[in-house]
Amino acid sequence: MHNILFFLIAPLLTFISKDSFSKGQPSEWQISFQDAASPLMQSLIDLHDFVFWIITFITIFVFFLLAYVCVKFSAKNNKKPTTTTHNSLLEVAWTVIPVLLLVVIAIPSFKLLYNQNDFSKIDMTIKATGYTWYWGYEYPDHDSITFDSFMLTEDELEEGQPRLLSTDNQLVVPVNTNIKMQITSDPAGVIHSWAVPSLGVKMDAIPGRLNETYFNVNEPGIYYGQCSELCGPGHGFMPISIRAVSQEDFASWVEEAKVEFASDNNDIIVSK
Amino acid sequence: MSSHAPSFFTRYFYSTNHKDIGVLYLVFAIIAGLIGGIFSLLIRMELAEPGMQIVGDDYQTYNVWITSHGLLMIFFMIMPAMVGGFGNYFVPLLIGAPDMAFPRMNNLSFWLLVPSLILLVGSGFVEGGAGPGWTLYAPLSTSGHGGPAVDMVILSMHLAGASSILGAINFITTIFNMRAPGMTLHKMPLFAWSILITAFLLLLSLPVLAGAITMMLTDRNFGTAFFNPEAGGDPVLFQHLFWFFGHPEVYILILPGFGIVSHVVSTFSKKPIFGYLGMAYAMAAIGVVGFVVWAHHMYTTGLDVDTRAYFLAATMVIAVPTGIKIFSWIATMWGGSIEFKTPMLFAIAMIFLFTLGGVTGVVLANTGIDVALHDTYYVVAHFHYVMSMGALFSIYSGFYYWFSKMSGIEYSELLGKIHFWLTFIGVNITFFPMHFSGLAGMPRRIPDYPDAFAGWNYVSSIGAYISVFAAFFFVFVIIEAFLRARKASKNPWGEGATTFEWKLSSPPPFHSYDDIPKVK
Repeated sequence: MHNILFFLIAPLLTFISKDSFSKGQPSEWQISFQDAASPLMQSLIDLHDFVFWIITFITIFVFFLLAYVCVKFSAKNNKKPTTTTHNSLLEVAWTVIPVLLLVVIAIPSFKLLYNQNDFSKIDMTIKATGYTWYWGYEYPDHDSITFDSFMLTEDELEEGQPRLLSTDNQLVVPVNTNIKMQITSDPAGVIHSWAVPSLGVKMDAIPGRLNETYFNVNEPGIYYGQCSELCGPGHGFMPISIRAVSQEDFASWVEEAKVEFASDNNDIIVSK
Repeated sequence: MSSHAPSFFTRYFYSTNHKDIGVLYLVFAIIAGLIGGIFSLLIRMELAEPGMQIVGDDYQTYNVWITSHGLLMIFFMIMPAMVGGFGNYFVPLLIGAPDMAFPRMNNLSFWLLVPSLILLVGSGFVEGGAGPGWTLYAPLSTSGHGGPAVDMVILSMHLAGASSILGAINFITTIFNMRAPGMTLHKMPLFAWSILITAFLLLLSLPVLAGAITMMLTDRNFGTAFFNPEAGGDPVLFQHLFWFFGHPEVYILILPGFGIVSHVVSTFSKKPIFGYLGMAYAMAAIGVVGFVVWAHHMYTTGLDVDTRAYFLAATMVIAVPTGIKIFSWIATMWGGSIEFKTPMLFAIAMIFLFTLGGVTGVVLANTGIDVALHDTYYVVAHFHYVMSMGALFSIYSGFYYWFSKMSGIEYSELLGKIHFWLTFIGVNITFFPMHFSGLAGMPRRIPDYPDAFAGWNYVSSIGAYISVFAAFFFVFVIIEAFLRARKASKNPWGEGATTFEWKLSSPPPFHSYDDIPKVK
């Protein structure tokens, strides 16, 4: 009776480990994570896949148990019901085995959690601020380069730029660098969340709080994300777009950006 | 004649009879459920294809829909149906009590819900409506929304909360003091157990919500700054308060369903429930642990890492009593002589689909993985599997199970089965693909999405159309039953139905018991 579900699960089982999707953004009919672009996302995917096999096994086990019971003990096949209501061994088993399974899941899970929050090796810091409805970025380690990043509307899009994900200014970062993101929100604004799926980061931008997370991009490319906390009518329209470049390219970008965004920066200094 | 029911108006508008109030609650839940269903239809129509389909540039309207959909389904469909409807109607019958302990309070509980629903639905028509999501996170719900819409939602929640607290007090008093002679707590049917535990959860969690939304009300209108960081407040405080209520709330939504499924599985397997005490205390354990896991909804708010580690562990613990329930149901069926009537189909489907929704909950409990899945459609898929397939399926199961008892007429088994299959196919097509979109990174609560998400969203929308059609088909099943008016016997389910309500006529007399029943 659960045919439909089985057919829905089957492709998931077949393709779960064969991720061959475009980098840094979702692709059509995708059924699993975007390709990992950072070591942390890779370990996240590994843990997920591990847990996934366990839960898939449990679900299929319960399915077959139910199916077996439904056939074997249907009124047609079994006229006389038994009166069994206890079996201590069985009851202990279905309490203890799940506990063991959970312990097996919890151990690598704690490891991942503490890795995600290990800020001991940070190379540079960037600050992101959520506004209604765009992101502002600041590079405190690079003369406080400051700029805002707005979503490109449909008529501003150029060939190959994905709709609702592309921004006018991209957050430019060097590859193979541990980058700490400080994330906050406009003090008079609302909560946003800064998320980039392929990098495995998501952190709420909360007025009055400075949250932090970090990532390290494996290779150059463009990585997209979207605001992930309901922040009003424009919630779906404040994407995050990251351009990861080599260390040398980043150094030259910094020099250009200092000039390009100088006016923004001066405004802030003047206003102080 | 032992039954001397008052005239229609007096009976249903001044109602102090637990069965009449139960019926009122069920009618109310069906109406609210259909309104909520229309909102889900609108949401899925908007999301059927990339680009804006119906709301145009008015994105706020979309947020109003998702907010209304969530609040309606939780506070005005599932809770009234399970606790107010089945709880009121059947708890006194199951424990052999003449009525609820406080009949007039019971009346007040129901009639508080009506203005509450009017305020909620009305808020959608006032100055742009309320669109902070059902979670009402500050500051979006304080400084983020001017106008009276959010105030109306707050007042609506106050009324609904008061209604539920009064109901909870009533149930606890009734169950502790009015059980028939010989019915100890350990002999009490599991549905009564589930309502008892649910009532405690309501009583302990709803005042916290009431406090939180009162603080929000004063923040909005009287210049306080509980959640305003510019004046020393903290938006995250609201989330802690909200989820301290909100997590027990999700068990409030599912525990009575566990009770219903236990009755249905036992009846149609013609076997007593397997591991009765384990079943009862598993629910109690879920209730207790449910109070100490709230921050797993807040993994990305920047909680301390050790705090997150604790909530990870505590959340996983819930899987153990839930597993006990799943396996005990299967063990109840094992060795039985199972009849696949409509209530049993819903119950079996609930067991399997709730398992599916439960295991994705285990995935989400892992803080590390939740970083990728928080606030994506994976979460939407997860909670619809436990709510829309767990809670709603058990409501349908209970409805078909007890329909003849409540109305005195029989539903059409064929139409009931058609309704089951339509619902089963519809909800799975709707919600299963959401796992995929969520894994791929699609955020929740967005009116338009990047083009790559188009495929699975289209499939979801097709499923939603089937599901909404199924919901209206359900109304048709009820109408058909009343038109045909096939008279129901005392006990249509045979030897498996052993609880007290099946020894009464269908429908039971206005005053259920002439003599208080005794348990041997």
